[in-house]
Amino acid sequence: MCDTCGCNVTSGNRHLLDRPPAEGAGAIEILEGLLSANDREAAHNRAHFDRHGVLAVNLMSAPGAGKTALLERTLDTLTGTLRVGVIEGDLETENDARRIRAHGVPAVQITTGSACHLDAHMIHDALHALPLTALDIVFIENVGNLVCPASFDLGQHANVVLLSVTEGDDKPAKYPVMFRAADLLLLSKIDLLPLMDDFAPARAETALRALANTAPVMPLSAKHDIGMAPWLDWLRTRRAACLPSQAD
Amino acid sequence: MHELSVCRALLDRALAVAATHEAASIGRLVVRIGPLSGVEPGLLREAFAIARTGTAAARAELVVQRSAVRVRCERCGAESECPPNRLICSHCGDASTQLTGGDELLLVSVELLAPAGDEAIAR
Ligand SMILES: Nc1nc2c(ncn2[C@@H]2O[C@H](COP(=O)(O)OP(=O)(O)OP(=O)(O)O)[C@@H](O)[C@H]2O)c(=O)[nH]1
Ligand SMILES: [Zn+2]
Ligand SMILES: [Zn+2]
Ligand SMILES: [Zn+2]
Ligand SMILES: [Zn+2]
Repeated sequence: MCDTCGCNVTSGNRHLLDRPPAEGAGAIEILEGLLSANDREAAHNRAHFDRHGVLAVNLMSAPGAGKTALLERTLDTLTGTLRVGVIEGDLETENDARRIRAHGVPAVQITTGSACHLDAHMIHDALHALPLTALDIVFIENVGNLVCPASFDLGQHANVVLLSVTEGDDKPAKYPVMFRAADLLLLSKIDLLPLMDDFAPARAETALRALANTAPVMPLSAKHDIGMAPWLDWLRTRRAACLPSQAD
Repeated sequence: MHELSVCRALLDRALAVAATHEAASIGRLVVRIGPLSGVEPGLLREAFAIARTGTAAARAELVVQRSAVRVRCERCGAESECPPNRLICSHCGDASTQLTGGDELLLVSVELLAPAGDEAIAR
């Protein structure tokens, strides 16, 4: 990085410096977010959710951290109290959506093909395929990936990031963009903790706090039904905050 | 590689600007990217080289300005530059900081070229 102007001058782009400055030479100043089209669509999605008093939760994690397993356990527990819909992002298969539908819940599958994240346009198409008037919470299971999903606003109200104990407790330091965005950090597969003697929940939390993130950290195991209550309480509280009467 | 999606958004916006000004082509695109934007400048360059093909930006140059990560402390008021994974106040150690720079993902400017040749279009 160049110390004088802060730009990244390399041998490949140094010649650009020799050209007259862009400003005043027919350069149109824009100063606009590169993802502003996505952000506008995301705001539109959020308006859809808000109008129906639906809480939209974006679930993000590395591949296989346990997002679908958590959803399955959550659906079974919420049945009869809160009505849930799910949008599933997956590279190739419809497996996750099938797993969710087996629990009697509407699920829309977005097959992203080569894309490694969901964007606001994909969510818009999907949410028009969901019966929003009959729902209280919509979960969006993002593509398993700690890099890309955090860059795209989908119109969600909250980001929930899963970090499984098999991944290492330094992940927040390695993927600050993702973990900085977390409104809640779930330490998943906590049943495996006795086997993972090098994963310290306190270290994971310290790495999160270093990002100036004050989000709650909750250890849980969907498979063995450990620590589900605080997560479900968090959901109910967030959902109550989305009700139209309180939002106005 | 979400840089390709970002690149398409960048090109869509820039090509719309070019069309509005009836420019023949785009000479240079300036973007500003912070380390906390989630976009890698190197990957963006590669994606740009692919995405620009066949557009009015086919020969455009992409200039990437990198911004630094900065936070302002709500407790002691200090503003400091910091690494992307350490956003607490470097003066007093408090975690109640506001990011003041480093998450930018911005199209700064588009340089348009007139139909006749290399001459830039005046505003
Ligand atoms: N031991 C244990 N295994 C779990 C737990 N939750 C999920 N798993 C296992 O982890 C594997 C991946 O779980 P999924 O729920 O499919 O993970 P995912 O995050 O939805 O995966 P992708 O959608 O592919 O990113 C499966 O074999 C699950 O059985 C848990 O709490 N404890
Ligand atoms: Zn899944
Ligand atoms: Zn709509
Ligand atoms: Zn990617
Ligand atoms: Zn301070």
